[in-house]
Amino acid sequence: MRAYFGRRYRLSASHRLHAPSLTDGQNREVYGKCANPHGHGHNYTVEVLVGGDIDQATGMVCDLAELDGCVAREVLEPFDHQNLNTLDAFRNRVPTTENLCIEIEKRLREALRGDLSLKVRVEETGKNFFETL
Amino acid sequence: MILLTRKAEFSASHYYWNPAWSPEENARVFGKCANRNGHGHNYTLEVTVAGEPDPVTGFVVDLKRLKDTIEQEVLAAYDHRHLNLEVPEFRAAIPTTENIAAAIWRRLEGKIEGAKLHRVRVYEMPDLFAEYRGE
Repeated sequence: MRAYFGRRYRLSASHRLHAPSLTDGQNREVYGKCANPHGHGHNYTVEVLVGGDIDQATGMVCDLAELDGCVAREVLEPFDHQNLNTLDAFRNRVPTTENLCIEIEKRLREALRGDLSLKVRVEETGKNFFETL
Repeated sequence: MILLTRKAEFSASHYYWNPAWSPEENARVFGKCANRNGHGHNYTLEVTVAGEPDPVTGFVVDLKRLKDTIEQEVLAAYDHRHLNLEVPEFRAAIPTTENIAAAIWRRLEGKIEGAKLHRVRVYEMPDLFAEYRGE
């Protein structure tokens, strides 16, 4: 019997959306206020959904403490209360929430058990969210 | 195809315990959830059905009837109950959020007229949920 177990985590970070290959004018046109030079911040919500068979003995898809530990190590520790633009992960990529979502999924995919499926959703504000397919 | 979701809430108590294990093993795996005095949650249930809008009414499903079905098939059995002690399906299965989602699916499957059950999602807490899709 297959089920999906979800957790929601909070992280606060700042970012500035600015592509070095575009002019200031083009950046302003593409990113609007998100290109402001000093950046801005969000309280992101990261939703992690793992799928797998329900273990007969425990009634669980995965161990909650293990999942929380993995997310703390791979995602919250490196990204929480950081300026995303200063991190190696975004050295060559604009830290849009799309790219943040992809990076989070890559890190968790490498760290989680291979038999679990993974879907990541990142809410940037109450009105925008991004998810991996 | 449209997905329609109806939410409901119920309050229940439970504990996690595998009778085949020693008390020490239960404490190691389930932590505080293994306290056999139980503890409680305000659960949120989301029932999602899939269907085509009726050409006359524009409805995928009669929401009042869906609400009543959820009330009769799920809430009447689970709300303000001790899941381990009072709900038959949890005599032999641990009432984890995953097993609750699967059990609610089994209670609702085939009982919703005009639409197909697509997903049952149960929030044990705002940041902890499980879903079952009939797989």
